[in-house]
Amino acid sequence: MIRDITIGQHFPGNSVVHRLDPRMKILLTIGYIILLFVAANPGGLVLSAVLLAILYRVSRIPLKLILRSLKPILPIILFTIVLNLFFISGEGEPLVQWGFIRIYAEGIRYALIMGARIICLIAGTSLLTYTTSPISLTDGIERLLAPFARLHLPVHELAMMMTIALRFIPTLIEETDKIMNAQKARGAQLDSGTLRQRMKAMVPILIPLFISAFRRADELAMAMECRCYRGGEGRTRLKQLRFTRTDWAAAVVCIAAFAAVASTNLLFQGL
Amino acid sequence: MAAIIRAEHLSHIYGQGMPDASVAIQDINLSIEEGDFVGLIGSTGSGKSTLINHFNGILKPTSGKLYVAGEDMWADPRQIRKFRFLVGLVFQYPEYQLFEETVEKDIAYGPSNMGLSEEEIRRRVHSAAEMCGIDEAMLQKSPFELSGGQKRRVAIAGVIAMQPRILVLDEPAAGLDPEGRDNILSQIKAYHKQTGTTVVLVSHSMEDIAKYADKVIVMDQSRLAMYDTTEKIFARAPELLAMGLSVPQITRIFLRLRELGVDIPTDVYTMPYAVKTILKAVENKKGGAPV
Amino acid sequence: MSETMLKAQDVRFRYADDLPWAVDGVTMQVNRGEFVAVLGANGCGKSTLAKHFNAILLPYSGTVTVENLSTADEEHLYDIRQKVGMVFQNPDNQIVATIVEEDVAFALENLGVPPAEIRTRIDEAMEMAGIYKHRNKAPHKLSGGQKQRVAIAGVIAMRPDCLVLDEATAMLDPRGREKVMKTIRRLNREFGITVVTITHYMEEAAQADRVLVMNSGHVVMEGTPKEVFRQVDRLHELRLDVPQATELAQQLRAAGLDMPDDCITEEECAQALAKLLA
Repeated sequence: MIRDITIGQHFPGNSVVHRLDPRMKILLTIGYIILLFVAANPGGLVLSAVLLAILYRVSRIPLKLILRSLKPILPIILFTIVLNLFFISGEGEPLVQWGFIRIYAEGIRYALIMGARIICLIAGTSLLTYTTSPISLTDGIERLLAPFARLHLPVHELAMMMTIALRFIPTLIEETDKIMNAQKARGAQLDSGTLRQRMKAMVPILIPLFISAFRRADELAMAMECRCYRGGEGRTRLKQLRFTRTDWAAAVVCIAAFAAVASTNLLFQGL
Repeated sequence: MAAIIRAEHLSHIYGQGMPDASVAIQDINLSIEEGDFVGLIGSTGSGKSTLINHFNGILKPTSGKLYVAGEDMWADPRQIRKFRFLVGLVFQYPEYQLFEETVEKDIAYGPSNMGLSEEEIRRRVHSAAEMCGIDEAMLQKSPFELSGGQKRRVAIAGVIAMQPRILVLDEPAAGLDPEGRDNILSQIKAYHKQTGTTVVLVSHSMEDIAKYADKVIVMDQSRLAMYDTTEKIFARAPELLAMGLSVPQITRIFLRLRELGVDIPTDVYTMPYAVKTILKAVENKKGGAPV
Repeated sequence: MSETMLKAQDVRFRYADDLPWAVDGVTMQVNRGEFVAVLGANGCGKSTLAKHFNAILLPYSGTVTVENLSTADEEHLYDIRQKVGMVFQNPDNQIVATIVEEDVAFALENLGVPPAEIRTRIDEAMEMAGIYKHRNKAPHKLSGGQKQRVAIAGVIAMRPDCLVLDEATAMLDPRGREKVMKTIRRLNREFGITVVTITHYMEEAAQADRVLVMNSGHVVMEGTPKEVFRQVDRLHELRLDVPQATELAQQLRAAGLDMPDDCITEEECAQALAKLLA
């Protein structure tokens, strides 16, 4: 159900990955995403997946969590696979021909690559949020973007908004669940009927949800003012960010691994 | 009398098969008679909410059976809505489910999901509104203009308008001031008397349970711990206290009197009975007869 | 002589020009170290008044002072907010961070306290609120009572002189409520923090040093819990309850028994009855 969504959630722990500087983790995640596009061959993707599995192992995050968080995006993954399967035409004879549907070997290859890529992409970015508390995540983003503040980009405000959004994800998910149950108890049919009917059935859920989100925002703003919040100026941090030797070591290991995986592109080019 | 709700070996495990699975209720056997006013108490996490979510099919038992009006609720899962109309469920803070432009339309949401005629819907909306102390002028207002207590009454009217045979309310008075809480609870009691609808009232307030319920179900650590008349339940006050529940302050006074060596019954839980008991004790003392 | 912590002088406030006065000429004061409960039916203006104590709202007319600083004086806004900490009803809507200790640190970060000092002050605050062992948990995994104590810790980390609780126990179950009240009493007795609590629970008000009762924007009763709860009929008129112990004693007096008219706790009531029946 809706409670299964775990994307963007933090699972506190004390592994090496948890302890890395968020800035380093963000940069390495970006590196990993680039890698997924550079290593556009089956071997490269398999190695990327293996690399990620190792990182999950090191951070002691159960792989089951990933499966659970992939569930809601399954339709997107399937859609991408099907799209590639049917619409990529390759050279030579199609493998299957049935009416207007033609499936080429090339199509299967692309479908699998795209599917694997999306899964790795989500699993990779999830690792970042699982192992980094949202506060240090936004802290990291804020520091990385700091140079842009001089260009009048509201860096601190953006970071604060992100923190709050992340903080309220579980609360709002729980709330959605409650409202859905309440309307179901009044006879709402949420999971049957035509698309139009279903859209209409969402209104009694979305309106209370929005109203409640606004009420919460209002109260939170007041609570923040009561605790002397006045924007980013003059703020200090409980946790100072400092690159340690571990960070540099992690960077070296990861970049080496990325480079190794990327180089498979040359190796598998013929395949 | 016939049981309107009957549970047989009802259990529910959240996240069954997952590493973080937790047993919410286990092996519940109970039957609620039609026309009763039943209180449901238990500390947070005792399984109360899980139990009532089963009563109208929001949750499906992981094992065991639940019969509503004699029918197996999950014999055909496609028919579950039928049971949702039989068992009206008012959740905690129900005012957060309001969404329509007017109070009238919001109350009509449940009945119109039942596929009733326009005329029948209107009749039910008006009778439910009246029952909950919502006047004609308020019906045309937006629910968001109302005070907290009024919104709460509108939400309850929205469930009553479906004319369920059982009305289940989860903490209907939570967060209200003393007057708001008395208003809502006495309206529910009046509705119960007038229509004979079975009522299940979940509450943390022992004072409220003592005042309104005829029978009480006590949940403790996901099991049914007691189910008896209100009088007999509060006579077991020390056991309730051991479960981390409280008892009405008035009952605590009598328990304390016992401790102080006064020979007095301790099954006292309402004000009039307390006054009567004390007066009788004083009378007996004057007469020199043993209490 | 006791020192004045909070003082309201002829305070009037309304939310809009076409609305009635929410607070209509309130004069009151709270002394340092006192524990004051404010009672009143919904809409009597008690929450509105509470929001004046740390300059969330400014009076339309009249003045509110915190240790002689006027809340209207913008220069001292953050001094006032640091001196008077506020805790609200819904614990979910006042927690900013996703880890307990980071949330407790929020106010100190805003005040620009150096990191090393933040560490010692939040540890101390979490100990005082009894949530130190939950410091690395995510707030949404805690119970209502625990979340509310996180909110309290987040406020007392500022080392305020006064704590204002706006129906802070209204959404909690009895056990959570009891824990929160115990924490607050401890802050008041052991650490000398002045407490103003706005509540619907008469048993909570019975523990205060002084009770104020509000009705349609005015303070209509004031005194020790005994002085206030003794006036059962007056309280019922104001749409309020009295503790059952008081009610019982009152009804027995009406029936002609010799019961004291100032029983407010069950112990007092039981003792009086025991004397009567011995």
